[in-house]
Amino acid sequence: MSKRTDSNGYTMVFAVIMVFVVGSLLAFLASSLKPAIKENERIEKQQNILYAMGVNENDASNANFVSTKIAGAEFKKYIKKQLVLEGNKVSESQDAYLIDVKKQQANAKDGKVRKLPLFVGEKEGKTFYVAPIRGKGLWDAIWGYVSMDENMVVQGAYFDHKGETPGLGANIKQRYFMDDFIGEHLMTAAGVFKGITVKKGNNDAVNEDKTDYEVDAIAGATITGDGVSAMIKKDLSLYVPYFKNLKK
Amino acid sequence: MGLLSKRDAALLTDPLADNNPITIQVLGICSALAITAELKASIVMAVSVLFVLGLGNVVISLMRNIIPSKIRIIVQLIVVATLVIIVDLVLKAFAYELSKTLSVFVGLIITNCIIMGRFEAFALGNGPWRAFLDGIGNAVGYGVILIAVGFFRELLGSGTLLGFKVLGDPIEKSGLYAIGYENNGFMLLSPMALIVVGILIWIQRSRNTTLIEEN
Repeated sequence: MSKRTDSNGYTMVFAVIMVFVVGSLLAFLASSLKPAIKENERIEKQQNILYAMGVNENDASNANFVSTKIAGAEFKKYIKKQLVLEGNKVSESQDAYLIDVKKQQANAKDGKVRKLPLFVGEKEGKTFYVAPIRGKGLWDAIWGYVSMDENMVVQGAYFDHKGETPGLGANIKQRYFMDDFIGEHLMTAAGVFKGITVKKGNNDAVNEDKTDYEVDAIAGATITGDGVSAMIKKDLSLYVPYFKNLKK
Repeated sequence: MGLLSKRDAALLTDPLADNNPITIQVLGICSALAITAELKASIVMAVSVLFVLGLGNVVISLMRNIIPSKIRIIVQLIVVATLVIIVDLVLKAFAYELSKTLSVFVGLIITNCIIMGRFEAFALGNGPWRAFLDGIGNAVGYGVILIAVGFFRELLGSGTLLGFKVLGDPIEKSGLYAIGYENNGFMLLSPMALIVVGILIWIQRSRNTTLIEEN
C-alpha cells in the first residue's frame, strides 16, 4: 500500500520544514535565554571562587554556596585584588574572573601567552590566593578553583564537571572529596612543585598526612580522579613563579 | 466504571510488571547500568524520563499521520532531542541549580532506547491520550526498576541512602561497621548493576511463571 507520505518529494519537503521549524525554535530560545544563562554563569563563578576560599554556607555534610542574591556583594567584600598574570607581567583587572580558562588554554597551545587569573582574597586577616584550573575527566570537561596561602598550601578547593558519571566521577564535587585537599601541600619545603595526586590505596583514607602530595581517590572514578590530578599539576604549576616572587 | 477504561488502564499498569521495559523488554539497560550507583541520580533520571516520554509520546502521536515513514526514526530523534534541549535551556535560565543536577542526564535521556522504542512501537500507531498513558506507564515501569537498583547499589556499595549514612560511618567504625561490616566497592561499578537487574528478573520470573518461555 502506497501512502501519500511515502513519496520522496513529501519526505524531502517534510525534512526541510522540520529542520527549519526546530532550528528556528531552538535558535530563538537559545538567544532569548542567553542573557539570563550568562548571568547565572557569572554569579556561579563568583560563588565558586568564594567557596574555594571558605566563604560558603556548608552544613554538616553538604557543599552549599553563598546565595546567588548576595554573591556579588560578598565577592566585592572578600576578593581584594583580581590579578592577571601574563608571562612575568602582573596586572590588575576588575573582570579577571570572567577570563575564560578554556580559551586561554587554547591560546597557550597556539603559542600565545596564556592569561592566568589569580584572585587575592582576605578573610579574617588571612590572605587567600585562588586560581582556576581546568582539565579533562572521563566524559567531558572538569574544572575547579583552588585557594592557597603564600606557601602554596591548599586552603580550600572546589571542583565541578560537565558530564562525569553520577554517583562515581560526579562525586568530585562532594565535600568528602573536596575537603580532603584542605591543608595539602603543593610544593616541597625546598620549593619543588609536586602537585597533588588523587591516589587509590594511599593508606591515608582520612587524609591525615598533609605532605604526601596525595589524597584518597573515589572508588569507581579512577579516570576522573586522574583528571583532577592532571589539572592540578598542569595548571597550578604555572603559578609557581608568582608564588616564588611573592616570597622574595 | 473508573476514570479509565480497562484497555487504557492496562497501558498504565502493564509496563509496571508483566511488560516492564527493563526486566522484560530489556530496553533502557544502558542508563540503568550507568547512573544507578546512587539513589538520587536514579530518581532524577526516572523523573526526567517520565516527563520526556509522556510529552514525546503525545507529540509523536499527534504527528503520526504526517511523518514520512522513511525518515521516521530521525524525526523521532529530533523530537526527543528538541524537547530535552528546551527543558535544559529553560532550566539553565530560570532554575540554574536544578539544571546543574540534570545536565549529565541530557545525553542519556536522548539516547534512552525506551523513549525511541515507545515512539516507534506505540505512539506512531495510537492516539495522543493512549500514547500519553503508555508513555507514563513505561516511564514509571522504568523508574521503579531504576530506583530499586539504585537503592541496593548505594546501600551496599557506599552504605548510604540519598547521601545519609544509614549503616554508620565506615571511617569512624560506628554502626554496622563496628562489627566488621565493609562496603562492597564492587557494587559501585556497572557490572553489579547488571547482576542486580538479573536478580530482579529472576525474582519476577519465579513469581510469575507465565513469563517463562517454553522451548
